[in-house]
Amino acid sequence: MADDVTTPDVAASPATSPAPDAAGRTPRVRPAASARGGRRGVSSQLRKRLEIFFFVAPACALFGLFVIVPIATAVQMSLYKWKGIGPLVDFVGLRNYVSVLTNEVFTDAVVHNLIIVGLSILIQLPLGLGIALLLNRKMWGQSALRTIIFVPYVLAEVVAGVIWVQLLQPQYGVIDALLGAVGLEGPEQGWLGDPDLALWTLMVVLTWKYLGLAVILFLAGLQSVPEELYEAAQLDGAGWWQVQRKITIPLLGPTLRTWGFLSMIGSLQLFDMVWILTRGGPANATTTMATFLVNEGTQRNNFGIAGAASVVLFVIALFMAVLYQQLILRRDTRPETGRK
Amino acid sequence: MSAPTMNDLSLPPTTPERRGGTFRPTNVLVYGVALVVVAITLGPVVYGVLGGFRTNAQLAESPAGLPGPWVLDNYTGVLTNPAFWQYTWNSTGVSLITTAVVVIFGVMAAYPLARYEFKGREGLFMVFVVGLLFPATVAIVPLFILITQNLQLGNTWIGVALPQAAFALPMTVVILRPFLMALPKELEEAAMLDGTSRIGFFWRILIPLSGPGMVTVGVLAFVQSWNSYLLPLLLLQGEMKTLPLGVADFSSEHASDTAGVFAFTSLAMIPALVFFLAMQKRIVNGLQGAVKG
Repeated sequence: MADDVTTPDVAASPATSPAPDAAGRTPRVRPAASARGGRRGVSSQLRKRLEIFFFVAPACALFGLFVIVPIATAVQMSLYKWKGIGPLVDFVGLRNYVSVLTNEVFTDAVVHNLIIVGLSILIQLPLGLGIALLLNRKMWGQSALRTIIFVPYVLAEVVAGVIWVQLLQPQYGVIDALLGAVGLEGPEQGWLGDPDLALWTLMVVLTWKYLGLAVILFLAGLQSVPEELYEAAQLDGAGWWQVQRKITIPLLGPTLRTWGFLSMIGSLQLFDMVWILTRGGPANATTTMATFLVNEGTQRNNFGIAGAASVVLFVIALFMAVLYQQLILRRDTRPETGRK
Repeated sequence: MSAPTMNDLSLPPTTPERRGGTFRPTNVLVYGVALVVVAITLGPVVYGVLGGFRTNAQLAESPAGLPGPWVLDNYTGVLTNPAFWQYTWNSTGVSLITTAVVVIFGVMAAYPLARYEFKGREGLFMVFVVGLLFPATVAIVPLFILITQNLQLGNTWIGVALPQAAFALPMTVVILRPFLMALPKELEEAAMLDGTSRIGFFWRILIPLSGPGMVTVGVLAFVQSWNSYLLPLLLLQGEMKTLPLGVADFSSEHASDTAGVFAFTSLAMIPALVFFLAMQKRIVNGLQGAVKG
């Protein structure tokens, strides 16, 4: 448990506000969009520009200040050795990157993230698809069923995590008790305390939490498959499984592929559940990139290291997103660009 | 009002009805699978709620048992705990501010992106699409410094709500734009003929008509904000903590009081669950809309 952190509270680092480049970015003066009557003086082209600016400016200002500036700052921070006090002066070039990429805790974290990305899709895709296909028929209690399946997804990860921690308690937890009842025994240090099991246990909890989302999305996608297709296929004598394989699943393609994308991005940024279940432990067995950088940045004040880890996480996410887009999403027509 | 993202899930399923199949073995299989899924899905939640009605002694003696006798002390203990109400109040405040900002800024930005022709429109839209890729996690440390030091908004509702709204904007714009695009062009032309300005059209016609879309993105933003953990964890302390932080604190501070933890956690689930049940259709529609792009 070497790298475990004891307190989630973050002492705000005292500072003489070094203000990287973040400060001066307030929305510019708003154009007088309320100047309704003044159509005559202003050319209609200018007026249109002002209107566009009026509508877009608040969102752009918010997005710029809280999304783009922090990301740019992360890049900048990553080039300095900085403990959060005083100005950024100790320029170290790429040394933070070297130290992050040669840090076994971080490379393990990357591997954990990739395992979670892969397993989430490998487990939830067939399972979710199977359940969705089975439930996609008129049956008693259908809407209640849909509601129930979705419940874990709506719970906060913290709430779900705290419950699971209790269920998984060694010996006194209900899971070990049920195992004991059939003559089996849980691991001695508990499911989350055993470095060899913790990651797999985390996977089980994540599957429980997110399978419902897959099922609901797949079910919704299934509803847009035209009924006539089924009828035609049945008239042609196709069996249930044949209909699913030849018609339903291909037509569900776009939904499946986009779900896979969302799942991948979510797995890469996983933080909450890990923090609640294990804090990245035991012995860093469940550290993810996100827990690594939060730990470095807010618990140990290694801001340069945290910045470098952020950039690496972002580059990995971007790379995988582009790859996914090129290899998988390309089959779908992209609605954003085509439509008008 | 219907638009591309609004496939109404309340419609009966359109799968062909398989007549007279009530007694076929496949149906037994289907109900069997359904039961297993429900048991696994709800099991942990129900166990937590029931655990809150037991004593720690009961829990230790027979972890898998039912309450006997039923004990209300754990729940009344939480409900009379002022900290619980303080957390709930903070969560409500933060989530409402986040939702308001996201919906207002989002619909404003989506309007020109959907209904104006201008240079750089697709480029601007792509900024938001790419924004879907930026998890708050990536920028969390600089964000923390920006808010606590540069803006001096540490430990305030708004300091959490504004960045949360910013990170929720891409999803909002991506969902709202096709929705606004789907409103018929004739409406705009008719309004122009009547001498309404574009801004007048926005306020008097577009906003009322896009109600369902705004509710959808609002619900998504609210649930996300209500459940969020990382940003509040870094920014809020003491009296300002939100419910997820409260749950995490309670469970580590009262680690030996399992029944108490179950009660606290169960009560903390209620607002999200009630809200979800009330808004279920909207949440699913929104997510589905996002998946369809």
